[in-house]
Amino acid sequence: MQVHLTLFGQLADITGRTEMILHDIPDTETMIKTLNELYPPLKNAKYAIALNKKVIKENTILNGDNNIALLPPFSGG
Amino acid sequence: MSNPFRNDRYQRQISLKELGEIGQQKLKDAKVLVIGAGGLGCPALLYLAGAGVGRIGIVDFDLVSLSNLHRQVLFSVHDIGLSKALRAGDVLEQINPDIEIIVFNERLSNANALEIIKGFDLILDGTDNFASRYLINDACVILKKTLIYGSISRFEGQLAIFNHPSESNIAVNYRDLFPLAPSDGEVLNCEEAGVIGVLPGIIGTMMANETIKLITGIGIPLINRLLTYNSLNNHFFEMELLAIPETAKMIPEDSGAFKAFNYDWFCSTSSAYELSQEEFKEMRKNKNIQFVDVRESGETPEVENFDHVNIPLSTLKDQIPDIQAETIILFCQSGKRSATAAEILSKHFGKSRKIFSLKDGIAGWQKSK
Repeated sequence: MQVHLTLFGQLADITGRTEMILHDIPDTETMIKTLNELYPPLKNAKYAIALNKKVIKENTILNGDNNIALLPPFSGG
Repeated sequence: MSNPFRNDRYQRQISLKELGEIGQQKLKDAKVLVIGAGGLGCPALLYLAGAGVGRIGIVDFDLVSLSNLHRQVLFSVHDIGLSKALRAGDVLEQINPDIEIIVFNERLSNANALEIIKGFDLILDGTDNFASRYLINDACVILKKTLIYGSISRFEGQLAIFNHPSESNIAVNYRDLFPLAPSDGEVLNCEEAGVIGVLPGIIGTMMANETIKLITGIGIPLINRLLTYNSLNNHFFEMELLAIPETAKMIPEDSGAFKAFNYDWFCSTSSAYELSQEEFKEMRKNKNIQFVDVRESGETPEVENFDHVNIPLSTLKDQIPDIQAETIILFCQSGKRSATAAEILSKHFGKSRKIFSLKDGIAGWQKSK
């Protein structure tokens, strides 16, 4: 399954990209594993995952349209 | 019907049919606390005071500095060195003398947060560190207060309304989104990462807008939703948030547990760094640094080339009072035990001391000599 990713804040700094497409991703756990292999510093990063604009907390099977956003916490004020 | 509001001050917003005199009265009756009179707090305060929010609290312990002025729009060069909270209070008083302004010129902590927050209905978080953000979130959950959250990082901002029950009676809080604080160094603050002044201006103004919408009951406030804004490409991204039953267990359940919770520790504001051999060479010239050998007594090689004390890692916790210098360099044979020692000291002292661990230890030092 194809995943269209949007990365925010320091996650875009780590990967050097704000958008990317991953192929052959059956579920969100595989997506995280694939990202960690591609960009090892992501392993230690904390972020929320939103699938089609809804935050998810558990491993989720991907089918159909998969727009995923990875959102790290910001602290600045 | 005669206009109960003086001087036509609010005439332009009362003429909005969605707001009207009823909305203006709601604003007058509202009690709003703004925590942090910085990049987000300044614009939020300006517009809330202008709109006629009847009681506004300001919490900040910091002083105005020159590097604040590009984004903290309540202050001028004449305010440098003065209290942000007091100066913000003075400026708002000049803009709108018809409202009540309560200044808390102090650092928000788990000792005073519940007392301060208790007196207000809506809480704006414009602070600049994770310890404060978790502390404010937890206090709002305990006291059932609505939290208007804004934060920024470089060119991006986040905005949300937390802990405000939706129509289906669901209230999401900050820990539902980010249960645990990031580790030290994972997220840079404005000082380290930089920020363009107009970004907190935009996000802080949006925080004031959401507050006014909540008070007057107009529009669709960002309840249980998070909005991000990218000032470089003008992209807005909105997502629906999810309440997680497990996060409730992470929040102190009452005021006693809240006051006992160490937020600095939870957010691991570690102050320890690994020192390279080159840096070590330079720093040995500095007489104000305390060098501590954390190897057990009798370990070789003995170090005779510079002054140091021997405090073995095994007894370090008991001997912390023996460590008095502001800058401390810890070393051992290979750099492993000194790294552990640095963690221990860093947890004990927080950011009040500069703590270093010598990378590769004495073994590395002998090689580099």
